[in-house]
Amino acid sequence: MSGHSTYEPKTGIERWLDARLPIVRLGYDSFVDYPTPRNLNYWYTFGGILSLCLASQLISGIILAMHYNPGADHAFASVEHIMRDVNYGWLIRYMHANGASMFFIAVYIHMLRGLYYGSYKAPREVLWILGCVIYLLMMATAFMGYVLPWGQMSFHGAVVITNLFGALPLVGPAITTWLWGGFAVDSPTLNRFFSLHYLLPFMIAGVVILHVWALHVVGQNNPTGVDPKSKADVLPFTPYATVKDGFAMSLFLLLFAFFVFYMPNALGHADNYIPANPLVTPAHIVPEWYFLPFYAILRAVPDKLFGVLAMFGAIACLFALPWLDTSKVRSMRYRPTARIHFFIFVVACCILGLCGAKLPSEPVIPGLTTFNLVDADLNSFVWLSRLAAFYYFAFFLAILPLLGLFEKTLPVPDSIASPALSHPATIPAAATAAPEMKG
Amino acid sequence: MADTAVGAKTDPAHGEAPIRRDFIYIATIAVPAGGAASLAIPFIDQMNPSADTLALASIEFDLSKVAVGQQVTVKWRGKPLFVRNRTAAEIAAAVKDDHSSLKDPQTDADRVKPGKANWLVLIGSCTHLGCVPTFGGGAYGGWFCPCHGSVYDTSGRIRQGPAPKNLAVPDYTFLSDTKVKIG
Amino acid sequence: MLRKLSVIAAVAGLLTAGLAGPALASGHALPAKEVKWSFDGPLGKFDQAQLQRGYKVYREVCSACHAMSLVSFRNLGDKGGPFYDEKYSAKHGKTSNDNPKVKAIAKEYEVADIDSETGDAIKRPATPADHFVSPFANEAAARASNGGALPPDMSLLAKAREEGPNHIYSILTGYAAPPAGLKIGDNQHYNKYMAGDLTSYWSGSHEHVPPGGFIAMAPPLKANQVTFDDGAPATLDQEAKDVSAFLMWAAEPKLDERKQTGFAVMIYLLLFSGLLYASYRKVWKNESH
Repeated sequence: MSGHSTYEPKTGIERWLDARLPIVRLGYDSFVDYPTPRNLNYWYTFGGILSLCLASQLISGIILAMHYNPGADHAFASVEHIMRDVNYGWLIRYMHANGASMFFIAVYIHMLRGLYYGSYKAPREVLWILGCVIYLLMMATAFMGYVLPWGQMSFHGAVVITNLFGALPLVGPAITTWLWGGFAVDSPTLNRFFSLHYLLPFMIAGVVILHVWALHVVGQNNPTGVDPKSKADVLPFTPYATVKDGFAMSLFLLLFAFFVFYMPNALGHADNYIPANPLVTPAHIVPEWYFLPFYAILRAVPDKLFGVLAMFGAIACLFALPWLDTSKVRSMRYRPTARIHFFIFVVACCILGLCGAKLPSEPVIPGLTTFNLVDADLNSFVWLSRLAAFYYFAFFLAILPLLGLFEKTLPVPDSIASPALSHPATIPAAATAAPEMKG
Repeated sequence: MADTAVGAKTDPAHGEAPIRRDFIYIATIAVPAGGAASLAIPFIDQMNPSADTLALASIEFDLSKVAVGQQVTVKWRGKPLFVRNRTAAEIAAAVKDDHSSLKDPQTDADRVKPGKANWLVLIGSCTHLGCVPTFGGGAYGGWFCPCHGSVYDTSGRIRQGPAPKNLAVPDYTFLSDTKVKIG
Repeated sequence: MLRKLSVIAAVAGLLTAGLAGPALASGHALPAKEVKWSFDGPLGKFDQAQLQRGYKVYREVCSACHAMSLVSFRNLGDKGGPFYDEKYSAKHGKTSNDNPKVKAIAKEYEVADIDSETGDAIKRPATPADHFVSPFANEAAARASNGGALPPDMSLLAKAREEGPNHIYSILTGYAAPPAGLKIGDNQHYNKYMAGDLTSYWSGSHEHVPPGGFIAMAPPLKANQVTFDDGAPATLDQEAKDVSAFLMWAAEPKLDERKQTGFAVMIYLLLFSGLLYASYRKVWKNESH
């Protein structure tokens, strides 16, 4: 991204390679000399943590695929073969299963950080959308991976999710039959899910390269949302960012290891240790925790088609975010009202997650019956999820678009390094003026 | 380079008909495009049910195994099939609701074979998202889906919850008083 | 910063509440009794004497109806298993297949095989490499012999129930006479810890539906049902605890190895984090941020 490279090949071999394939130069310019805003906080370390997660999932997954057998009659037993007989199979499988949850913890923090500091605003729209594409691919990969052990939750989860496509008018049934390769979720479905579960992570890796490329074209955002203007605002990536990322990574690994070694099944479902049985659905079927908010939105709508549309709409909002937020100020640090809404939004997402785990009819306050509205008591999780889902959509479709027009923002600093504050009126210039100033 | 040449020559603003050399370029692009589209058909269609899956035979079922008021679940085409021997009270409850407001209106008589009102044969897959409803659950004594709370009556009609349609009745015929052939 | 932390704590609290939810929501069974297990905690490991007693309960009682098809006889002699003996481990150039106790256990079972010379179907004594032999040929046979109910395979039972070995222990000790007013079917037994909803079988008021559900298995254990080789008193409580511990081992035989590895990994990561933090302070010493 920078106009000039400071890489100087020192040995003959380096010079020889640099003239033919300047790959060392690329690495040096991207991860050593790359100018990084000096004020990045720990929320900015999750990009590095996510690349660690992806690498961990890829390696453990490739190893598991060496032992796994994707047929309906053998899948469950082959996973147990890994757990009991393959050398360190239990470790690799628990790493892979818990690694998926860790990946989603990290990606949600990474996305919320982007939301808080306005990292999706011009000129970072494409960067943000590529991130959304990665998130979408992650969801598809995680869903298909969860089907592979072929337990009760795997099977019935696959039934519910593939049936979502059946809600589409006219083409729905044809699409579900095509996805299944039969009249129901069965061996052909499992086999193709395995194939795609192996493929998609490499597509994620490809989009990650584009994501990092886009990041290096537009430069990193920072907590002030003000672009770096001089050398005083930035530090070289190595050692400053690498050592900070490394420290955060090792803390994250501690959390990861704690789950793998001491609570390896806490994030899963006991029912998935029962082999799939197409004739009986478990009494309480819920997706993995990272899908619960979307599952709650699906169930909040009493109509099948509109429920599915609302669920996909919730993800579509993320893609449209760069154009939904009209504010000229990037960072919510200087947007007091938006900041309050951001925290309510986080709480709304958590409430949706909670509702997704509960039975819709269950009362929120035990033992209290109020009155029936539409199809359920007002004191029920289905109504709580409607409330939270309403806020979720309102946040994207009403609050962010309108707030940008009417909000009174705080003064934004002139630059990262200088404590001087510019007048609020000059913010638009400050926020958009500087792309060519970086390193 | 060739692209821009084609674009410039066929620009309708110039009002010129495409000349022969442009036709060759267009054809050179169109032919592989058509080929790629044709190749996509087998690549997509392979995901549809294979011949052996389609050939799944119909099944015969001996009704004498099902006691009055009970249901037996058998597997048919990978899905559960409910065979329920309804009590007189359950039939009466279903017939009584024939004209109440139903989401997917159908009379009870339409869902059973004439003269065999006690035998209800249904595909046991919730029309919402395909879970297997539990027998005897819900306010109508029919079925209750554990996934999203759809409630079906003793005729398998949807009465509450998100499911859009009644539980499906498969094609079946009575071979004798105690034997049915499904599919 | 403090406010931020409190928000994070609140979010984490909500999340855990959500995750804990399903366990409470399904059925109206009593929560399982809390048992102190030797394998609890970060350094917990299986108690070999308890596993041997538990195996005896499984062998003499449970195995009449319950399969354990994912476990092999050789597993009994693996490290952490009930009959592990260091003499028959890799250290001495041997494997659990050579363990005489394991061999003797395997020999009690017969497995179907094909005679390699005549091609006839035969029965031969099992070897340590064979899997536990299921008591019934298939699911239909198992149901037919048990009044229509299927005795679940026990290989993973302790992991396939929300509360694990506590749940198994509670079921085994949770049988009770059905309260008056509860309509109970033939071949059904009332158990306070079984998941289920008894509302439709209860003639009393809806507020006082008894906890628990119906289970097809008759109370399988009573005092002195087995005679423990180590002389431990064979009370119902002891038998139930031992077999639950054994089933936890059957479901997760690598638990000891996992927890020991985990301890080393955690210490390593803590040291590494400390080093990284020190480097971080040193690198950033002269930079404001």
